Amino acid sequence: MGLSSSTTGNTQVISVHSDRIDAAMAIQFKEDMRAQTQTGAARVVLDLSAVEFIDSSGLGAIVASMKQLGDGRRLDLAGLHPIVEKVFRLTRMDTVFRLFASLDDAMTASAD
Amino acid sequence: MGVDGVATDRQNDSLDLSFPATEAEASKGIATLSARLAAQGLPSCKSDDVKIALAEAINNVVKHAYAGIAPTNIRVDCCLFKDQLVIRITDTGKPMPDLQPPKGIPASVDTSVQELPEGGFGWILIHRLASEIHYERRDGSNLLLLRFEFDDAS
Repeated sequence: MGLSSSTTGNTQVISVHSDRIDAAMAIQFKEDMRAQTQTGAARVVLDLSAVEFIDSSGLGAIVASMKQLGDGRRLDLAGLHPIVEKVFRLTRMDTVFRLFASLDDAMTASAD
Repeated sequence: MGVDGVATDRQNDSLDLSFPATEAEASKGIATLSARLAAQGLPSCKSDDVKIALAEAINNVVKHAYAGIAPTNIRVDCCLFKDQLVIRITDTGKPMPDLQPPKGIPASVDTSVQELPEGGFGWILIHRLASEIHYERRDGSNLLLLRFEFDDAS
């Protein structure tokens, strides 16, 4: 699945280049996230603006991605389509992650 | 073209679909059915709900009913009415535990990051989105029925 990354200061932006994160690609996503986040950036912002669908496996893979960051690092999510946001809301994961409407919003918000 | 052409057109927008019970084929099948339902008048306010629940139901079949056994076809039949949509998912995989659908009770998310659940979200989503869930095991097949009511206010 394609991920691209850029780092500014303590913030690393990882963009997902796939229109879905679903059961068929959840394991690959988690592994790709592990590889991309070796940088050690304190804050990782996952840009989901290209993602038009996510299922529970994709959601689980994003939770796993945050866990594998370890203590002292955070994963924020940006650019959620309404259907993606709904999956987070219905599972109450919207209370676990900080969700930003756009990448710009995420970048102007403070790290905590 | 003539009769054949008409038959082909009907085939292409049919709300009944069969596909092998693999993750890749399920992913394609879910996308195809969601697009056809929208094209045939599923209210846009409901299309996200249906797509989420349909994906979870089908993924569960692939992951659990066919765990450790060779995949056969999953069949999905949709009946779209003015005020509701009924989806029937049929497979010949293993029966659900206790012959009933999981209740989908959410694990707590008010916990430390490392304690957060990474799974168990599927049935939570289905229960929250479908108006009715019915399961039965019949003649070696699983039949899962999901019904969605369209509320004008939503």
